[in-house]
Amino acid sequence: MIEILWHGRGGQGAFTAARLLGAASSLREGRYALAFPSFGPERRGAPMRAFTKVSDAPIGDRSAVTRADYVVYLDETLLSSGWQAEVKPGGCVLVNSARSAVDLTAAFGDSADAHIIAIDANGISEALLGRPIPNTVFLGAISALGNTLSADEVKQAIRQYMPAKLHEKNERIVDEARRVMREGSVDGKEGTLR
Amino acid sequence: MKRFLSGDEAFAEGVRLARPQVISAYPITPQTVVVERLSEMVESGQLAAEYIHVESEHSALSAAMGAAATGARTFTATSSQGLLYMAEVLTYAAGGRFPIVMMNANRATALPWNIYGDQRDSLALLDHGWIQAYAENNQEALDLALMAYAVAEDMRVRMPFMVNLDGFALTHTYENVDIPEPSEADAILPPYDAAGNCFDFDHPVNMGYSAGPEFNRYYKYWAHRDMAEAVPQVVSVVERRFEEVTGRRYPGMIEAIDCDDAEVVLVTLGSVAGLARGVVSHLRASGVRAGLLKIRYMRPFPARQIARALHGAEAVAVLEKDISFGAEGTVFTNVNSALQQAGITAPTYNFIGGLGGDNISEDHVVSIFRALQCVAAQVREQGRAAATELPRVTFLGVDSLDPEPGCGRVLGGELRDNGAGCAAPSCDGDGDSSKAQVFSVRETEVR
Repeated sequence: MIEILWHGRGGQGAFTAARLLGAASSLREGRYALAFPSFGPERRGAPMRAFTKVSDAPIGDRSAVTRADYVVYLDETLLSSGWQAEVKPGGCVLVNSARSAVDLTAAFGDSADAHIIAIDANGISEALLGRPIPNTVFLGAISALGNTLSADEVKQAIRQYMPAKLHEKNERIVDEARRVMREGSVDGKEGTLR
Repeated sequence: MKRFLSGDEAFAEGVRLARPQVISAYPITPQTVVVERLSEMVESGQLAAEYIHVESEHSALSAAMGAAATGARTFTATSSQGLLYMAEVLTYAAGGRFPIVMMNANRATALPWNIYGDQRDSLALLDHGWIQAYAENNQEALDLALMAYAVAEDMRVRMPFMVNLDGFALTHTYENVDIPEPSEADAILPPYDAAGNCFDFDHPVNMGYSAGPEFNRYYKYWAHRDMAEAVPQVVSVVERRFEEVTGRRYPGMIEAIDCDDAEVVLVTLGSVAGLARGVVSHLRASGVRAGLLKIRYMRPFPARQIARALHGAEAVAVLEKDISFGAEGTVFTNVNSALQQAGITAPTYNFIGGLGGDNISEDHVVSIFRALQCVAAQVREQGRAAATELPRVTFLGVDSLDPEPGCGRVLGGELRDNGAGCAAPSCDGDGDSSKAQVFSVRETEVR
């Protein structure tokens, strides 16, 4: 089972991302996914979490994810020391930040068996969408990591579950996120990818 | 068509396919989304129904009943306090034999105020004459929406049907569902024929009348007879038809998983069954004879099937999101009655968890099975009286699930003080110490 833990603030689209990732991952025959938010009253700007689980078998455990393969911070200010406790060994943390991963590990600590990837998702979405809605950047980024998910599956989920007027821009965001992941830098900044 | 939907959304799709003619509803978390989706479907013309946004749950069910009395297929949905506010009308709808289908999003009851999931709302109303089914996942929820109408409207049944979805765990959790085509739904569910129980100027009938002591007992007897005898038969007919059309198979009133040769069995209902399923297959793989009995229908209560499935078990646990204060969980009471009637004397224990949205974890379920294994071993060694070491009612997250010291003493094993519980050969009986490690006795966690 692959588990993804999303940290965001109300309005950043963390749950939408969790849901789209589940939808995209389960397009393949024989694949199952669950997606849910941390339940409770929602307020714009308040910290919230969302979860995606992906497996080759039906998923019966509906408990919140406490240790994930991928931990995504849609808001940099939610990252704090102790982040390592939420990542499985070999997993990684993706942070929406214009700072480098080196900077972030210097500030929040390193880990021997998990690593931080920094992506300026606000910058990417601002450029392509006109607004800093960072969620779909990370769908592209996760699709570039491992073989769980293809870019095409992410785009199909966007087309199936987002309003039509958002399709084209978000598909371009996915492509851009994948390019950044491939090339290992945003705007030539060193050390963004580790 | 495959979609990635929440339980509320999936259920709304099932209701759309059932083509109700009247929907009356009042929104309440975590039910709200199902009635929102249906109102959108009516607004867009996808669903040709009269949508009545009433001022309370009491009115929601009253309106559904009035519509049913004109021969319409009706739907309503509620949750928690809303269901309790409807309670008076529940017995009217049942006594009037109106085959209304209602979705209940299982949620805690106040006070303290809590919007999260547990099953204290619907289990408090088992005596109100409604068929009650509990869904494990969103696919089962969607499928039950269709099957509920087919069962409720059958001439032999003619009773209202409450489909229960665990609040949030199902209603707000997205997963893969397969939505039948309208033609498939129509093959499963014929149009509602209300003949004999609706306003009809050509064939007038008396409806909603009173019956004094000389007649009252017959109505209650007929309701009991039809609930107990007709519903299980019709459920199996409808499930067969459903399978022919969709290829999805449902097992009737209960589902018994690995119960045949099981030494220890967990009985539960609703979404937790999915978690328990995984634990059972895990335990089986490590040589533990574990079983799961999932109760799909609480009313009518499948007492005989339950007794048959638990026949041979050495220790039984009932895990439920309910407590009848000062007594025990209501599911436990029902299961015990079924076993007592069948002469089954295996020790039974009640585990109360998931109240007010509290998590029931895999560790909890594993610990319950380990506690049962210890009891089974004690009973084998010392006889039935030894089974009293474990409390009758255990609150997960409050009471310790530690089966010691009885278990260790009986089996002569070394007691570990690292929280690992039973010494190796004892609990598992086959000397595999790796399994003893799995037996992580939970610390008392009062929050």
